[in-house]
Amino acid sequence: MLDFPRWKQIWLWALTLACCLAALPSIFAVAGAHWPAALPAPKVNLGLDLAGGSHILLEADPSQVTRLRLDSMEESVRARLKLAQPSIRVGDISSKDGSVSFMIEDPAQVDAARDQLQSLTTGAGLTGQRDWDLKVIDGTRIVMTPTNAGIDQAVTQAMDTATEVVRKRIDALGTREPTIIRQGDDRIVVQVPGLKDPQALKNLLGQTAKLEFKLVDLTASPADIAQGIAPPGSEIVPYADPARNGAAAIAVKRLGGIKGDSLTNAQQSNDQRNNEPIVSITFDQQGGAKFAKLTTENVNKPFAIILDGKVLSAPNINEPILGGSAQIQGSFTSDSANQLAIALRSGALPVDLKVVEERTVGPDLGADSIKKGMIAMMIGTIALMAFMLVTYGRFGVYTCSALILNTLMILGVMAVANTTLTLPGIAGFVLTIGAAVDANVLINERIREERARGRRVVQAVEVGYKEARSAIFDGNITNIIAAVLMFMFGSGPIKGFAVVLIIGIATSVFTAVTLTRMWVAGWLRRARPTDLSL
Amino acid sequence: MKLLKLVPDSTNIRFLRWRVPFYTISLLLMAASLTLVFTRGLNLGVDFVGGQMIRVTFVNSAAAPVAELRKEVAALGYGEPTIQQFGKPNEISIRMHLPEGAEKDATLSETMSRRVVGDIQAKHPGARLDGVDSVSGKVSGELFKTGMQALIYAMIAISIYIWIRFEWQFGVGALFSLIHDVTLTLGLFALTQMEFDLNIVAAILTLIGYSLNDTIVVYDRIRENLKKYRRMPMPELLDLSVNETLSRTIVTSLSVLITLFALLLFGPNVIFGFTAAITFGIFVGTYSSIYMAAPILIWLKVNATSFVPTETETDRQERLAREGVGTIRR
Repeated sequence: MLDFPRWKQIWLWALTLACCLAALPSIFAVAGAHWPAALPAPKVNLGLDLAGGSHILLEADPSQVTRLRLDSMEESVRARLKLAQPSIRVGDISSKDGSVSFMIEDPAQVDAARDQLQSLTTGAGLTGQRDWDLKVIDGTRIVMTPTNAGIDQAVTQAMDTATEVVRKRIDALGTREPTIIRQGDDRIVVQVPGLKDPQALKNLLGQTAKLEFKLVDLTASPADIAQGIAPPGSEIVPYADPARNGAAAIAVKRLGGIKGDSLTNAQQSNDQRNNEPIVSITFDQQGGAKFAKLTTENVNKPFAIILDGKVLSAPNINEPILGGSAQIQGSFTSDSANQLAIALRSGALPVDLKVVEERTVGPDLGADSIKKGMIAMMIGTIALMAFMLVTYGRFGVYTCSALILNTLMILGVMAVANTTLTLPGIAGFVLTIGAAVDANVLINERIREERARGRRVVQAVEVGYKEARSAIFDGNITNIIAAVLMFMFGSGPIKGFAVVLIIGIATSVFTAVTLTRMWVAGWLRRARPTDLSL
Repeated sequence: MKLLKLVPDSTNIRFLRWRVPFYTISLLLMAASLTLVFTRGLNLGVDFVGGQMIRVTFVNSAAAPVAELRKEVAALGYGEPTIQQFGKPNEISIRMHLPEGAEKDATLSETMSRRVVGDIQAKHPGARLDGVDSVSGKVSGELFKTGMQALIYAMIAISIYIWIRFEWQFGVGALFSLIHDVTLTLGLFALTQMEFDLNIVAAILTLIGYSLNDTIVVYDRIRENLKKYRRMPMPELLDLSVNETLSRTIVTSLSVLITLFALLLFGPNVIFGFTAAITFGIFVGTYSSIYMAAPILIWLKVNATSFVPTETETDRQERLAREGVGTIRR
């Protein structure tokens, strides 16, 4: 037990030294000193509750994705059958109850229709996965239902896109080091340190920015619109700003519009006539061509500019717009116009995202927490060291040395493992320092006991380390179990606490048991004491 | 140098003599805690019931205008806020329940947050916004569920571990003393109405770990003594084990308490409840490892033979070597 060959000593010291060195950049950072840039600098990250910043959890509604897929399948079916040679005529297409269904007018064409639609039912990937089930009912009705695999994949894709869009929007705000992570099936976690205005961020992320241009259905009577009754093939869409438009809602044609997702640019600018803030958009080539076609075919008819299900404005098409750019009016302030421009530039979210959890900490509170945490740690450590010294004398010196190295090693391991220090983590730190001496206390008490039973010094030390081992081991395992569960189930700051506990348990066993044993063994060999003051 | 000895070298306190009265008191306290939890209830934070907590510091004044704020926030029509001071008199937290209908429309609570914050900032220019926690009903439900899961799994996992390392009676004893610690801590929170949030769940998990640490040290010694003194009556053996480890128990608990008091007195105000829970847990846990975990072994009929089958040949040799003071390698 007390046998420490030279190579083992060197290894133990090297490991200790490496961990302590890794802690240096973090200590320099806290002390405000300058760490030489030429050296590697693994640093402990500060959690949002210490550095200040916002944690925002966004949630999407997966049923919305399913709904959108049904709509787009409806359009694909219509287009595909119209383009078939000879073209296949269908009755009204309905996309209710989670499937798309329609009648084929000529029963002889059912097989041809089925062949045409077959290619729409498989996914875009190479896996050949079937995304839709296609069934023929009563000989003439075709029903297409998305498969579970297809729905899952669509939701995953939508969330991937949404995450990407969120990232672009946050980058556009110019904040540094944001963290954006998918969580579970339908959530995105956004963490932005040191944000001045979390409200602006939430507004930006909450905006779906789905821009659509649809033709206004002029056949609908104002009375019907007020009651929410739309003519066949049309739908009622509310105005974003009813006061400005003099009506609460308007009827637009469901199909035949174009989407505003193929933009190359969007900028906030001012209307030349009345200096009102507007958003200028530029379509890409394909989108520009579609927009030109729509405006050419519908000169002198009004079309509605719809953002996230609300009509911004419904101007008249005075002449074909061929240049591929357009201007959007809609009671903007320059801030909201700018925000919309950012949102449009980064693309529309494929699903609406809602803020379901927000945690924001101001930078002052965080700095205050760090300062107080450090003070508490200093006072606690000094008091504890004094206690150990008066209780255990020489062995107390070993305990204190182990304690200091333990503190450095926790920091070092945290820095190398790139973990985050949170506010509860600081508490974990302080607590670990108090609990780390337990192993030494167990050993020292046992040595004391063995001496009282009349064993000689070396034997007492040897038995002390050996007999205390099982209690130390079991005690630390139970702490690890609690900490691991905390890590698995806890949220951000709690995870940080659990990490400190786990690292602290590991390093404290190393410093309190292995290192002190090496020191004690060295002392016994050198001094050959006949009595212990313990 | 004369060293400090908090506990004399060989104590012989007959702890177990009072096991019945102490057990009765503990069971009564547990019952009282549960009653408190169910009648008075825990003061659940926004983590678990949803809603909003806004932390504000009034930098220009010595104390926060609490009464004024209460009136102003209530006037916004989202109900009466819970205003608590934390740390200095000018640091407060304002808690709001989720607005009606927020389950369906998450934007409602957004609007509430904006209005409350905007109102405070408009009327009190010296107010510094230190933090906003806003949790929707769905998320808070999940947080509550996972928090409780973590607690229950931890207690079960730790008990199973003790059962494997010791004997089933020890596992039961450990589980019982854990339930005791957790119940009393919950009782403390119900009694003081301190805010019960996610941090407190973490604190309870921590104190479970540390309380068990104590129990294990005592159990470890009981096991050792059971092998050593095969004819000693159980209560006497338990007393011996507790007494032998008493010095360690006191020194370790004191060490942890020293650091905890440093945190309570000088640490960040935001985690006061968290530290308070652990501090309370250290007291309760130390007590429970002596009075809850040990006596139950008598009632569950642990005796020297409990460990006979587990003593392998190597164990036996080790024991003989130990009893006969074997040779020591140097």
